Amino acid sequence: MVDSRRAALPDFEGKALPRGNGRSYGDSCLNSAGTLLCTRPLDRFISFDPVSGILRAEAGVTLAQVIALTLPKGWFLPVTPGTRWATLGGAISNDVHGKNHHVAGTFGHHVRALELLRSDGTREVLSKEAPSARLAATIGGLGLTGLITWCEIQLKRVPGPWLETESIRFDSLSDFFRLSATSAASHEYTVAWIDCLAKGKALGRGHFIRSNHATGDSSVPVPGNAQRLTFPMTPPVSLVNRLTLRPFNTLYYWRQSARQVRSQQHYQSYFYPLDGIGHWNRMYGPRGFLQHQCVLPAGAAQDAVPALLRQISDSGQGSFLAVLKEFGDRPSPGMLSFARPGTTLALDFPNTGPSVFQLLRRLDLIVAEAGGTLYPAKDARMAPSLFMQGYGAALQAFQEHIDPRISSDFWRRVME
Amino acid sequence: MKKVLIIGATSAIAVAVARRLSARAAAFHLVGRSEERLMDLAADLSVRGAHAVTISVLNVADLSAHEAMFETATRNLGGLDIVLIAHGTLPVQATCDTDTAYALQEFHINGTATIALSNRLAPMLTPGSTLAVISSVAGDRGRASNYLYGSAKAAVSAYLSGLSQRLSKAGINVLTIKPGFVDTPMTASFKKGAMWATPDRVAAGILTAIDKRRSMAYLPSFWYVIMKIIVNIPEFVFRRIRL
Repeated sequence: MVDSRRAALPDFEGKALPRGNGRSYGDSCLNSAGTLLCTRPLDRFISFDPVSGILRAEAGVTLAQVIALTLPKGWFLPVTPGTRWATLGGAISNDVHGKNHHVAGTFGHHVRALELLRSDGTREVLSKEAPSARLAATIGGLGLTGLITWCEIQLKRVPGPWLETESIRFDSLSDFFRLSATSAASHEYTVAWIDCLAKGKALGRGHFIRSNHATGDSSVPVPGNAQRLTFPMTPPVSLVNRLTLRPFNTLYYWRQSARQVRSQQHYQSYFYPLDGIGHWNRMYGPRGFLQHQCVLPAGAAQDAVPALLRQISDSGQGSFLAVLKEFGDRPSPGMLSFARPGTTLALDFPNTGPSVFQLLRRLDLIVAEAGGTLYPAKDARMAPSLFMQGYGAALQAFQEHIDPRISSDFWRRVME
Repeated sequence: MKKVLIIGATSAIAVAVARRLSARAAAFHLVGRSEERLMDLAADLSVRGAHAVTISVLNVADLSAHEAMFETATRNLGGLDIVLIAHGTLPVQATCDTDTAYALQEFHINGTATIALSNRLAPMLTPGSTLAVISSVAGDRGRASNYLYGSAKAAVSAYLSGLSQRLSKAGINVLTIKPGFVDTPMTASFKKGAMWATPDRVAAGILTAIDKRRSMAYLPSFWYVIMKIIVNIPEFVFRRIRL
């Protein structure tokens, strides 16, 4: 436990790893051979200026706590991932992205300053004003460069908690790419859900969801803060399986019979649908699930995405949530940032044992061939070679900034 | 605007209470041992909407320093609407069993100091105000696993019961708070299960009890039932079980 930003790190033997709220899906937030430096007690706000929207807070503050403080004053996160239970430190260390990447870039773009506490006790205030290699290594640095004690971020003005959203049913991937291109300038948030069990002519069908912050009040009721739905226990088998997936995907695709549906949505149900269900991960049973989130360079994506979808649909091991998004061209600020120009596809698979790992390896081959890579925050099993393909260019520069007493299960795995 | 004095302000439950009161734009005087931690908390509460925040550094074990602290607090706040006494330590029972000086020191912090603070405070309270004190379910019956802590809390609970009866005639509410297992730095080394509550859940219960002017709050409330059962276990059974 790290409970004071001013105190030295607690004593530990071997290697340690800073850990926020443990929302990464893979082993980048695990350190089975050593110590975890849990930062949740670092949950104090330091300052907030409601005129400029500049917030300074300790690194263990969650995104939900930021929103609760600032949204009533008209400020929102400049970039948000799909869960509000992540901490500020975690959002920086994974340089997370959101549905507005094409206009806002990554979370790291909005970090003005942070303090890094190294294991030798030294403290460094890294600021955007004086850009440094250390800052670039820390943004997206998976916690390996030291412990972030506090950070200062620039928030974004919003008119209120509502979003004006449009959901457009599309029949093919070429429609997706066309919708992405035409919506990029008109909509701040764009993302698509894909029916990854659809075959043949229906391959690549889905819903394209685009939206902007809405002004004024809405007639739609505000969702309660409490998680009304929750998984009180883990079912013995995954509820996401061959029997349930195809009906779910088909029903979900046809849930809107109109081609285009407009609605107003509250930010909680829009950005954080899964946060509304307590312990949603339990629906995958005791063996859990694996996520495969890749990025494919522009140019290669048009061929690689259908190849990935065909591979999945042939295997029958569908994904419950398949999410497709076009990244913008803005270069990410971190040496090891995941987001880069191209298309990202995120897929969740129940852990069915060897067969799903075989499928994931086949997907990796397609990603590697297309010149893409995977997202460390979501990964539990990629081969070191695929990591090198995506991050090798900056690796040497990054390694100079690794704290000699910090490591993670993920890092040991990919650096073998 | 409520004027709030919190003693043991950097303890996890007190922090959660203060954050909830900040949203109501309360004014605070915070008392604790570490000036640095008090200043960090003061900044946090200000960002969250606190009207004004001042601090005093005090070790509650030093009874002679209590009076000066109360003077500073009442001067800064200009009155007291809510006083929360939340300081505490969790003594190691095994050490208490062999080290009487240690045991009495722990009793002093968790029992005597709390009673001294409450006793000195009583004449300063005005009609409509509330004195809320964190006791514990551990005070309901001494159990082998932590009866030194339990005995100090039992003294506090009994004292507050009498004080509550006396002051209620003057329109002053005295609230005895009895939390069960709470996940705080004080209990960091314990294995947690379904019986454990977050500091924020306990804080919400404390504020409800203050608002409704209750004299007793088991938090979460299921502890009322558990403690009823534990207190009523016949002695011949109690001696044979581990609790």
